Amino acid sequence: MELVVALGIGVLVSSGVWLLLRPRTFQVIIGLSLLSYAVNLFIVAMGRLKTDAPPVLSAGADVAQYTDPLPQALVLTAIVISFATTALFLVVLLASRGLTGTDHVDGREPDA
Amino acid sequence: MSNWLDHLIIVPVLLPLLAGAATLLLEERHRRTKAVINLASTVALLVVAVALLERVRTEPISVYLLGNWPAPFGIVLVADHLAALMLTLTGALGLAALLFALARWHRAGLHVHALFQFMLMGLNGAFLTGDLFNLFVFFEVLLAASYGLVLHGSGTARVKAGLHYIAINLAASLLFLIGVALIYGAAGTLNMADLATRVPALAAADRPLLQAGAAILGIAFLVKAAAWPLCFWLPTTYAAASPPVAALLAITSKVGVYVILRLWLLLFGEHSGASAQLGGDWLLYLGLATLLYGAIGVLGSQDLARLGGYSVLISSGTLLAAISVADPAVTAGALFYLISSTLAVSAFFLLVELAERDRLAGANILAVTLEAFGDPDDELPIEDEEVGVAIPATMALVGLSFIGCGLLLAGLPPLSGFVAKFAILSALLGGPGDSVSITAWLLLAALILSGLFTIIAMTRSGVRTFWAPLDRSVPRVRLIEMAPIAGLLFLCVLLTVRAGSVMGYLQTTAEALHAPQAYVQGVLSMPPTTVSGREASS
Repeated sequence: MELVVALGIGVLVSSGVWLLLRPRTFQVIIGLSLLSYAVNLFIVAMGRLKTDAPPVLSAGADVAQYTDPLPQALVLTAIVISFATTALFLVVLLASRGLTGTDHVDGREPDA
Repeated sequence: MSNWLDHLIIVPVLLPLLAGAATLLLEERHRRTKAVINLASTVALLVVAVALLERVRTEPISVYLLGNWPAPFGIVLVADHLAALMLTLTGALGLAALLFALARWHRAGLHVHALFQFMLMGLNGAFLTGDLFNLFVFFEVLLAASYGLVLHGSGTARVKAGLHYIAINLAASLLFLIGVALIYGAAGTLNMADLATRVPALAAADRPLLQAGAAILGIAFLVKAAAWPLCFWLPTTYAAASPPVAALLAITSKVGVYVILRLWLLLFGEHSGASAQLGGDWLLYLGLATLLYGAIGVLGSQDLARLGGYSVLISSGTLLAAISVADPAVTAGALFYLISSTLAVSAFFLLVELAERDRLAGANILAVTLEAFGDPDDELPIEDEEVGVAIPATMALVGLSFIGCGLLLAGLPPLSGFVAKFAILSALLGGPGDSVSITAWLLLAALILSGLFTIIAMTRSGVRTFWAPLDRSVPRVRLIEMAPIAGLLFLCVLLTVRAGSVMGYLQTTAEALHAPQAYVQGVLSMPPTTVSGREASS
């Protein structure tokens, strides 16, 4: 499972970085979204990967049988924040398209 | 927590949140009410910040447990010398920017009062929090509000600059998260004080992970602080933003510097064993590179707003390089420089708009957007004439303020910019018998050179703005627009006159930063409030 998660994060990050460096605003926003998915997975992975383990402790239990709840709480916050900022970025993207008439990130087409 | 004054620490976060939410509920035509709420909240924030400044003199560390969970488990807010200082600076800048905006800029877009309050909330929270992930949340609050504010006034230039600004800050936020996750994975805690106790005791196998996390976190903050080569977005964005927003943005770049100063000394100070001084050399060389890049940029900028943007870079570079020396006396000087340069840059951004009012290309855009957003079907008449009295001898006042800003930014006597640079340099050179290291000479040369470049650039643009134009008309400047600039410059004069007592405070601040045991102890030993205690207080 570790390998699958690591490969997944790696593929997301590499696609995200590549898209982030592209000249079209839509590519940039998709790149940022992919990167944020990768980061979210990464945060969960940093709490150690474990399946079928409950995050809520009952009294006197062996801690090794449980999964770490904190990264899950962190990831929830991170998802909400990246969702909100992506939505905001989308608005700016549309405003830029409307004002400049092009979807290039610099607001004008590069000279051919 | 029996004393109600203990709850003062949460006020800088709660008050702007409530005030911002309240202005959001009102319709756009109640602009005057919104302005009143915003102004009242901003003034109250400044008062609270000053009260906290007084409080830390008697009680150096005040800890506020959110949700009443003891320190490593819950989130804490910590008010110490540095936090109180930054809160006061934010309050002063916020008030100045708001007063300036009230003259006319606040009518150039929607929801500006709410965004303004949320921005103050993010700034205050970032300065107060004692938890890394909470810091991320406040950073995002601050950034989300700043995205909106940068676009305030609209226009192609702002949207283009805003697009770049948002993209780079979103990427930096992702780096922030990766760094936080790595640190959590290695150390198992995100509480800053708890981290400080765990870093020296970390197993050798876990150390590379933590250091990698800290380095990635550092990159995220260096983007905000605009260290070279992560700084190319800053001059364009600051120049494109409307002047009151640019004045407020001057402190957001200092948030990055603040976090580096606090975390680096807390986690990687002399006491932290194998990880001590992690990346100190990098900080120094990046600081020097930023300083030189800013100095060259200042010399090369053709318009005043960009000149202001590059001055922010000089200020960031100086601070980063001075922090990396890791000497309490130099840090104290750097803090003095932080206050002085932030006030000066803010005043400069406000001043630029006045000086270039009739020549500014943006003035046309403002007129258009005012028409679009303004109040055609409003009951209130457009109060262009009533907001304030137009003041006589406008050009003389604007010119004098320009000279003041120039002296402050270049660090020439008699103003506080000189005192700040002198404090850094004299601490760097040490006593007569001390040997001076090569890095100290480098920093000294860069500081003096940047001062020279700034004064050349300021003189040149001053001549071009005030003396050269033959047919310039005198801009109409209202008292409410001149007052914030005069206030900020007056604070700098006050800083010069009272330099002794300010330096005393900063010396205490720097010593507390370099010996964070008291901070760590204060946070970790804070007992939760007992239920009976809460009843007794209410």
